[in-house]
Amino acid sequence: MQNQEEINRLKNIVQNLLDEAKKQGASAAEAGLSQENGLSVSARLGDVETIEHHCGQGLGITVYFDQRKGTASTTDLSPESIKETVSAACSIARYTSEDSYAGLPEEERLATEFPDLDLNHPWNLSVNDAIALAIECEDAGRSYDAEISNSEGASVNTHQGIHVMGNSLGFIQGYISTRHSLSCSVLAQRGDSMQRDYWYSVSRNALDLEAAAEIGKKAAARTLRRLGGRSLSTRQCPVLYSAEIASSLLASFIGAISGGNLYRKSSFLLDALDSQVFPEFIRIYEQPHLKGALGSAAYDGEGVATTSRDIVSDGILRGYVLSTYSARKLGMHTTGNAGGVRNLTIDSGALDYQGMLKELGTGLLVTELMGQGVNMVTGDYSRGAAGFWVENGEIQYPVEEITIAGNLKDMLKNIIAVGNDIDYRGNVRTGSILVERMSIAGE
Amino acid sequence: MELLNLARQAILIPAGIQDGDIEKIMSRLLSSPVDAADIYFQSSHSESWVMEGGIIKEGSHSIEQGAGVRAVSGEKTGFAYSDRIELSVLLEAANNVKAIVRQGQDAQVGLVKAAGWPMYYPVINPLKSLADQQKIDLLRHVESETRKLDARIEEVIVSLSGSHESILVANQDGSLAADVRPLVRMNVTVIVEENGHREQGSMGGGGRSDYGYFIDQGRALEYGKEAVRQALVNLEAEEAPAGNMTVVLGPGWPGILLHEAIGHGLEGDFNRKGTSAFSGRVGERVASSLCTVVDDGTLPGRRGSLSIDDEGTPTEKTVLIENGILKGYMQDKLNARLMGVKSTGNGRRESYASLPMPRMTNTYMLPGSHNPEEIIKSVKKGLYAKNFAGGQVDITSGKFVFSASEAYLIENGKITRAVKGATLIGNGPDVLTKVSMVGTDLELDSGVGTCGKEGQSVPVGVGQPTMKIDGLTVGGTSV
Repeated sequence: MQNQEEINRLKNIVQNLLDEAKKQGASAAEAGLSQENGLSVSARLGDVETIEHHCGQGLGITVYFDQRKGTASTTDLSPESIKETVSAACSIARYTSEDSYAGLPEEERLATEFPDLDLNHPWNLSVNDAIALAIECEDAGRSYDAEISNSEGASVNTHQGIHVMGNSLGFIQGYISTRHSLSCSVLAQRGDSMQRDYWYSVSRNALDLEAAAEIGKKAAARTLRRLGGRSLSTRQCPVLYSAEIASSLLASFIGAISGGNLYRKSSFLLDALDSQVFPEFIRIYEQPHLKGALGSAAYDGEGVATTSRDIVSDGILRGYVLSTYSARKLGMHTTGNAGGVRNLTIDSGALDYQGMLKELGTGLLVTELMGQGVNMVTGDYSRGAAGFWVENGEIQYPVEEITIAGNLKDMLKNIIAVGNDIDYRGNVRTGSILVERMSIAGE
Repeated sequence: MELLNLARQAILIPAGIQDGDIEKIMSRLLSSPVDAADIYFQSSHSESWVMEGGIIKEGSHSIEQGAGVRAVSGEKTGFAYSDRIELSVLLEAANNVKAIVRQGQDAQVGLVKAAGWPMYYPVINPLKSLADQQKIDLLRHVESETRKLDARIEEVIVSLSGSHESILVANQDGSLAADVRPLVRMNVTVIVEENGHREQGSMGGGGRSDYGYFIDQGRALEYGKEAVRQALVNLEAEEAPAGNMTVVLGPGWPGILLHEAIGHGLEGDFNRKGTSAFSGRVGERVASSLCTVVDDGTLPGRRGSLSIDDEGTPTEKTVLIENGILKGYMQDKLNARLMGVKSTGNGRRESYASLPMPRMTNTYMLPGSHNPEEIIKSVKKGLYAKNFAGGQVDITSGKFVFSASEAYLIENGKITRAVKGATLIGNGPDVLTKVSMVGTDLELDSGVGTCGKEGQSVPVGVGQPTMKIDGLTVGGTSV
C-alpha cells in the first residue's frame, strides 16, 4: 500500500515533467524517474570494514519538437530544478537537426498488460546482521585451507529501487524491484606467487541467495585451484568457456545484432537475418516475463511491451534486437529491446560440467577473460585469459598469461556443445560453451 | 579565497547551507571518537552533443549534485550520501555513519580555510565558453572536413562534451577546501569501406580547459585526420602474429601499459592490505634501470590533473619507480595514515555518492636516451604497437592486458606490414625489467583516458617515450 503511494507520488512528478514540456512547446516527451535506497556492508579479516548507506534519485527527460530531440537529466528533484531541466532539454532541441526517424514509439506497441513479475522482496536486514553475515562468509573462505593467506573481504548488499516512466501518449507506469547480493574474495599464496578469485550470489529475493559459508568456500576453492598457474606454448586447440564467462560470448553476439550497430553498419553480422549464424542445434531466446528473475520487465525503456521470442532457432537468426529508433532506421518494427535483451537464454544440451570436459577432451578450459579485445565491426576477437589445461577430459594444471583469439563469426558457427551447468546469476543464462578451435598465444 | 566562494555559490548558497551548518554536521560526526571525517559537496553540470549521419543527432544536459558524509575509525569506514543538500538530511547521514564507532562525547568544530595551493587549470565554465550555435558549427565543420578526406569514408561521428564541476570538502580539523574543475572532450570516429570490407578508426582529445582548446592549433580537424588514417591502415591490416616476441610501443597513449602493469599495483589500498603483486617491495628493483615512472597531478590543464584531490589534499608529482627501483605508492588519507606515510594527493572519488580511494592522475615514464628510429632498427623481428584501445589488470597475480588498435610488424629493423589489433598480455612486476631501450620522445596522451576501479570512473592521463620490451605475449591468430 505504502509502495503504491510512493509510486503514485513519483508518477505525479513524471506527469508534471511531461506537462511542463508541453507547456514549453514540446510536441512530444518521454520521462523517467528512479529512486534507490540501499545498504552495503563489507567485512575484512574478521571485522567490519565499510558501512555504506545509499540513497539516490535521478530523473531524465527527452523532448521532441516535431522531429528534433533534446535530452536532460538531474539528481535534484526540487520544482525549480525540474523546470530548469525541462528548459534545458527544450533549449537543446532548438539546435539538434530534424531526424525523420526520431520520436516516441507507435502507440499500439506500448505495453498494456502489467503482470506482477515478483521483483520486490525487501530484505529487512539490520546493519549488525549484515556485518555478521559478511563475517560468516569471509570466515568460511579464510579458514578453508592453510594456503588461503589474505582476503579482500566479503560484502553484503541490499537495494530497493522505484522506477517510473511515462510519455505524452498517456503511458505512465511504475514498479518496485529489489536486488540483493553476497560476495567474497580471498587470496592464496604459494612461494612468491599470489592468486585471487571470488564468488558471489545475487537475487531479487534474499531467501534465494546461496548460503554465506558456501560463497566463502567457493571463493577459496576457486582461488586455490589457480595456484601454480603457468603459460602455454602458442598453439591452436578447442576452448571450453566455463558457464560463468560464457555469457560474454552471447553478449558479443547480441551486440552484433543490436539496432545501433546494424544501422551504423558496424557489425560483423550485417544482413545475417534468416541465415545460419550458429550450428543447427542452437536456440537462443528471451524470457522477459519470468517471475522473480533479474532481467524481467513488462515493458522496455520506451514503454514498449516486451515479448518472449526466439532470437535464434535451428541456428538461424530469426530477429534483431531493436529499439523504436533503430528499427525505423532499418525499416523494421521495434522488438521491445530499448535497454537490451531480457533473461536471454540458450538451450542446453545433455552434458553437465564433467561431460563438457570430456567433450573438450584435450584443450583449454577458460574461467577468466581480461580486457575488451572484441572488434564489433569485423568480429576479430583477442582477449587475455586464464583457466586450465585439460587432457582427456581431466584438468591437468592452471594456465595464465595467455590470450585466446579468433573471429566471432567462426566461433559462433563452430560451437560444438552447450552444457547444462547453467549460471542463473545474470541477465544471460547459459551453461558452459565449447568452441571447436581458437588460437592460443603464450610463452 | 576566490575558489571557496565560487564553490559556496555553486553548491551551498542555492541549497541554503551556511558554514555554521557544516560545523553542525561535522560536530555530529566527531561526537564519536573517529580518526577522520569529511563532508564532500559536489555540483556538476555537464553536456554532450553528437553529430552522426550528417545531422546533429543528440544533445543532452545533466545536473548532478549532492553530498557525501564519511567517518573513519582505524580501518573502518561509515559512509552515507544524499542528492538532497539539506541540513536535516545531512545530520541524519552523520548519525548513520558515526555508528561505525561507539558513542563518545559531543565535539565542537570551527571551520577554517585550508592553506593555499597552486592551481593547475583556470577557473572557467567550459559549457559557456561557446554559444550553443558555435558548438554545433564546430561539430558540422569537423564532420564535413573529415568526410572530404577520403572517398572510402562511409560514416563520420563527432562528439563534443564538457563538464563544469564544483567541489567543497570539509575535514575533521575544520579545514575547508574547494575546487572548480573544467573538463572538455571531443572525439571523431570514422567507418570506412572498401570492397565490402569495413573498418573503423577513432581519435579524440581534451583536458581541463574550455572548448577553445579544440579550435586552437586546429586540434579538432587533426582528430578527424587521425581517425581516417587509422581506419585506412586497418583496411590493409593482415592477421596479427601470435606468441612471445619483442614489442616496441610508440610514444604517448601506449603508456596505458604503465597504468595497467604498474600503476594499479602501486595504489596504496592494495599495498596496505598486502593484496598487490608489488606489496612490501619498496626499495626493490621492479624495472630495468632505464625506467623512471611518475604519477603527476600537477601538469597544467591535463585531463588527469587536479589542483586538490577529493579529500582536499594538493596533488603532487610522485615518483613511483626511479631508475628501476620501487620508490613508493600512491596514497589517499586513510591508507596513508594506516601505513604511516603522508597522502600523495591521490584520494579520488567518482562523485559524492562513492567513497574516495587511491587513484592515479597522469602516469608516465620519463624520457631515455635512445633515438626512436634507432630503437626500431635494433629489432630483427617483432611488433610495433602505436595505438591502444584499453586494458585491465589483476593486481594480485600481476597479470595485465592491453589491446592494440593499430600495430605493425617489424622485420629486419624496419616497420613493414600493418596487422590487426590484438591483445597483449604480460606480468606487471616482470614487464618493465625487460625494457631494454627507452626513447627521447616522451609524449603524453591526447586527453582521452578514463580509469575504472571498483565501479568508479575517473579521468586520467598516461604517457611514455618509445619503449622496447624484450618479450611480451601478443594475442594474434597467425600461429
